[in-house]
Amino acid sequence: MIEIRDLHKSFADKKVLRGVNLIIEPGQTTTIIGGSGSGKSVLFKHVIGLMKPDSGSIFVEGEDITKMSESELYRMVDKFGMVFQSGALFDSLSVGANVAFGIKNRKDMDAAAIDLIIERSLNQVGLSDIAQLLPAELSGGMKKRVAIARVIAKEPAIIMFDEPTTGLDPIMADMINELIIKVSADPAITSIVITHDMISAYKISDKIAVLFEGEIIETGSPEEIRNTKNAVVRQFIEGKAEGPIKIR
Amino acid sequence: MRADKIKQPLSSFARKSGEIFILTAKAIALIFKRPFNFRLIESHLYLDGIKSIPVIFLMAVFTGGVLALQSYYGLQRFGAEVFTGSLVGVSLTKELIPVLTGLMLAGRVSASYSAEIGTMVVTEQVDALFTFGVNPVKYLVSPRLIALVIMTPLLTLFGDFVAIMGGRLVAALVVHQNPNLFDSQLFVSLEIWDVLSGLIKSVFFGLTIAVIGSYFGLKTEGGAKGVGRATTTAVVVSSVIILVSDFFWTKILPFSLR
Ligand SMILES: Nc1ncnc2c1ncn2[C@@H]1O[C@H](COP(=O)(O)OP(=O)(O)OP(=O)(O)O)[C@@H](O)[C@H]1O
Ligand SMILES: [Mg+2]
Repeated sequence: MIEIRDLHKSFADKKVLRGVNLIIEPGQTTTIIGGSGSGKSVLFKHVIGLMKPDSGSIFVEGEDITKMSESELYRMVDKFGMVFQSGALFDSLSVGANVAFGIKNRKDMDAAAIDLIIERSLNQVGLSDIAQLLPAELSGGMKKRVAIARVIAKEPAIIMFDEPTTGLDPIMADMINELIIKVSADPAITSIVITHDMISAYKISDKIAVLFEGEIIETGSPEEIRNTKNAVVRQFIEGKAEGPIKIR
Repeated sequence: MRADKIKQPLSSFARKSGEIFILTAKAIALIFKRPFNFRLIESHLYLDGIKSIPVIFLMAVFTGGVLALQSYYGLQRFGAEVFTGSLVGVSLTKELIPVLTGLMLAGRVSASYSAEIGTMVVTEQVDALFTFGVNPVKYLVSPRLIALVIMTPLLTLFGDFVAIMGGRLVAALVVHQNPNLFDSQLFVSLEIWDVLSGLIKSVFFGLTIAVIGSYFGLKTEGGAKGVGRATTTAVVVSSVIILVSDFFWTKILPFSLR
């Protein structure tokens, strides 16, 4: 279980997180939705230990990661895999080396076993025969999918997807949804997904959390979110420009 | 207000110096931790060391040549031109070649380190390294540090040799000094410590270039402009450290002032 308690974070004088409280149940898929710039990616970076909060705590299986030393964090991060919103592929390494990055130091695998995992992981995201290319030679959507394959190959217990379907065509997006569902079907795997894509959110989630003005204003099952009375959430899931959310 | 204007840059200087010191210590300590990245070290030895040979060669040939020329005419004024070989050999190996090699590498290598690492920072690749349990200092800084600590003295030694040959050639061809005279003067006066003190300094210069380039790369903020700023700063700071520290090395290294 991951428990986020009263998390605050500001950049200079800009308050981004203003007391986030959220429980992420083990073995489930939790989706975080919220406006662009509302702090979803920043929240992700706190959960994996890339950013330190101004105050508040994050308990991962009972341990507060905001108080961990560097070496404890490196031990912790082993459980995690994160698909960055930007992909963040290593551009000096081939696609294959990127996908193998999380497993290349495993002693129980020889080169042939690693090649097999590279191929299988790329196939899972609908790619083949690109292992020898460099990231610069890929399209935007292909980069995104390689980034997903790179994390899936590592087989982490907690997988975080930052907008996995943004920039993909609808068919490819659905394929990624199916992949997330398939991976998360394993009760040992906890998934956390950020998305703007409500079709995907309803399809893959056990629980949806809505981030607005630095706080989680509502959580619930897809069904509960779909029938919410909260006007802010309604406006967001229905995608209307008119409503209580002010566009500045 | 005025006190602030002085205090702020001073405290920022102190903080950065501290951070650079810590980065150096970390990068050295992490060299000895598994897994060892031999492939990365190898690629830096090649890209930053072997590929620097042409620029070092050019720099050395012309530095040696012009120094021989100037020394010859300078010494001739009081009839001491027979000592050209001694003067050239000693000044090249003790000072000019170590410092100029350092400056050449500061321009070529420190710039590429800060640009490459800086780009990785702004594209979140450094963050991604952490999420795979890979320490960016170990993966990015340690191999660069090892490569330059090995390559800078080797390149300096190569530069010493090329520069002396350049001086000898100019002395023979331009001012028609007998090469045997040049050689005998060189061997009579040049001591092993002259060369060694230059090489010891160059080890430190290599370390400086690697750490400063990496440090400003890791500190990069804000896109392409930030990468540009990091690169400029890395080249300027590593060059300044080389020039200033050279003076102090000369003071403290045994035999270097004989
Ligand atoms: N490193 C940083 N330094 C300064 N400000 C930052 C930094 N990272 C994020 N921010 C600010 O925090 C706010 C939230 O950013 P974040 O990337 O979390 O948004 P988001 O919810 O993921 O948006 P999107 O849906 O567009 O990806 C933004 O206003 C952004 O300007
Ligand atoms: Mg985001």
